[in-house]
Amino acid sequence: MLSIKNLHAGLENKEILRGIDLEIKAGEIHAIMGPNGSGKSTLSSVIAGNETYEVTQGEILFENESIMGFSPEERAHKGVFLSFQYPIEIPGVTVTNFIKTAINETRKSKGLEDMPAKDLLKLIREKAALLEIDRNFLSRSLNEGFSGGEKKRNEIFQMAMLEPKLAILDETDSGLDIDALKIVANGVNKLKNENNAVLVITHYQRLLDYIVPDFVHVLHNGKIVKSGGKELAFELEEKGYDWLK
Amino acid sequence: MDLKEKLISSFLAFENSTATDTNIHQIRSESFQLFEQHGFPSKKEEDWKYTSIREVLKPDYRIFSSTESDINLNEVKKYFIHEIDTYKLIFVNGIYNSLLSTTTHDGVDICVMSSAFTKPKYKMVVDFYFNKIINKNQHFANLNTSFATEGAFINIPKNVVVSKPIEIIYFNTGTDAELMLQPRNLVVVGENSHVQIMERHQSLKENTVLTNAVTEIFAHKRAIVDFYKIQNDLDTASLIDNTFVSQQKESIVSVNTFSFGGKFIRNNLEFYQEDERITSNLNGFSIIGKEQLAANYTLVHHKQPNCESHELYKGIYADQSTGVFNGKIIVDRDAQKTNAFQQNNSMLIDDNASINSKPQLEIFADDVRCSHGCTIGQLDDKAIFYLRSRGIPEKEAKALMLYAFGNDVLEKIKIPELKTRITKIIAMKLKVDLSLEL
Repeated sequence: MLSIKNLHAGLENKEILRGIDLEIKAGEIHAIMGPNGSGKSTLSSVIAGNETYEVTQGEILFENESIMGFSPEERAHKGVFLSFQYPIEIPGVTVTNFIKTAINETRKSKGLEDMPAKDLLKLIREKAALLEIDRNFLSRSLNEGFSGGEKKRNEIFQMAMLEPKLAILDETDSGLDIDALKIVANGVNKLKNENNAVLVITHYQRLLDYIVPDFVHVLHNGKIVKSGGKELAFELEEKGYDWLK
Repeated sequence: MDLKEKLISSFLAFENSTATDTNIHQIRSESFQLFEQHGFPSKKEEDWKYTSIREVLKPDYRIFSSTESDINLNEVKKYFIHEIDTYKLIFVNGIYNSLLSTTTHDGVDICVMSSAFTKPKYKMVVDFYFNKIINKNQHFANLNTSFATEGAFINIPKNVVVSKPIEIIYFNTGTDAELMLQPRNLVVVGENSHVQIMERHQSLKENTVLTNAVTEIFAHKRAIVDFYKIQNDLDTASLIDNTFVSQQKESIVSVNTFSFGGKFIRNNLEFYQEDERITSNLNGFSIIGKEQLAANYTLVHHKQPNCESHELYKGIYADQSTGVFNGKIIVDRDAQKTNAFQQNNSMLIDDNASINSKPQLEIFADDVRCSHGCTIGQLDDKAIFYLRSRGIPEKEAKALMLYAFGNDVLEKIKIPELKTRITKIIAMKLKVDLSLEL
């Protein structure tokens, strides 16, 4: 589904990613772990098409098609979703209205009509229940005054609504207490199937107790220095990152 | 002949055509003397430094419209808030249009200045209030008074909640190539009474028009007045709006100014707090582009103890447009325990857009809370990326963030249908379909 080849990217002459290779197939869950500053968030941003970063070498294929020239919205329309570490507050636009706009823009890109309000409401109710989201929450302004946990849960709610093929969860565990973490992880697991894939980006092993990866990759200094199964995460938790340098 | 000379000769002709033995005549003559003496403001005056009016004064304006122009309802209906029932005071090229208007004399007077000036039953009200809170240093207000003949006359006695909002619309049909309009409104709201008013100046064709409007608002004890100014005129229209508010004990007056369209917009808004426990709210939201200018000059004069003022002005400036915010707050020595807040936030979305923002606080009391804040920023790339990553195209993403930026001013609108209307204007202005049920 996602194939990254020799990816180099950075900010203004400062190279952050120094040759990433990564293969993710449908039905798989991958985790990328690494210390602060290793390039984890850069990698997720570059996959999602953030134009702040400059890609200097390499290529990203999504479903066998290069997406290098695609805008963030085009990548979203193709089925890439990025859950943000720090979601943005939008006063005056409710969660419901925001998700409606996002869904209808995606449908528009595929030449489809807007989703009928009845179907949309039904879908919202269904997904809100999945993530144990209160109805009042949906009529609040997007992320405005939300707690850290509410913001993350709202990210996963949007993911549930948009049903992406590839979901990238960037530090979704930060700011979550254990109960919220379980709800979020449970939601992700329920949405997971053989046709989609998840890339979890995290500093700690904690989240991986609940979203169990098929593959774990260690990112250090802009390169994947080690890959393995889920047991690698436990090893990192125990030994830290120093032994890999 | 420059505009000032033209105004002098027009004034003489105008005064000859009206009765000269009235108080109004006296007031007009005095005001004109002031105008003659001081003329138009020059850029050298601090208050006009950032809003040069040279270009605005250049055209060869007619001082009174040449024709009594008729318009039909279908042509102008879209400018009404038709989702709700309202009183309407409609003027066309400065002349009252009774066919399109809905007035009342049933317990309250919602009618026009021309009848207030001439009918004996209004003489007391006019003598008591007309031109009583005009700042004599405002050149344009003096000029307006000199020619004051027509406008909205709203006189609400005590203990009345006016059942529906009042819409005041000044249309300009474009029959005169270059026209000056000088509408004059007087609003008197009695003790415990409540009224909502919307005011708009609208050109129907692209002719050069300069509107120099004056509104005086008197709010008595515990009166509540919500005033909305919708400024979304064509690129050929310029507006100088002078609004003066006098408040009595425990009254609450809010003036909300939305500036989107028009070539040149200058708002002079002055509040005078004459007693204790008064609240004054001043809100503004501007979205302009091209070579537009929108300037808000505000004054809140706290004269008595225990009063509040809340001021929130936001602006989005694109292309080569210019914004100006000048917020003056005076707290007299007697005005202890004053709470005065002022905030001005601007967003510059193009390199050639500019904003001049200036708080001006003159505080003579020692036990007060006064704060002011000013920010000038740009759209946050991270926020735009967030929206785009959810499939929302760049243009819509930017529009959504700009809408969100102004949202707290929109939240001040207490008439839901007006809020919807203004949201639609914003979507048009941002050139997107904000198809949100906002």
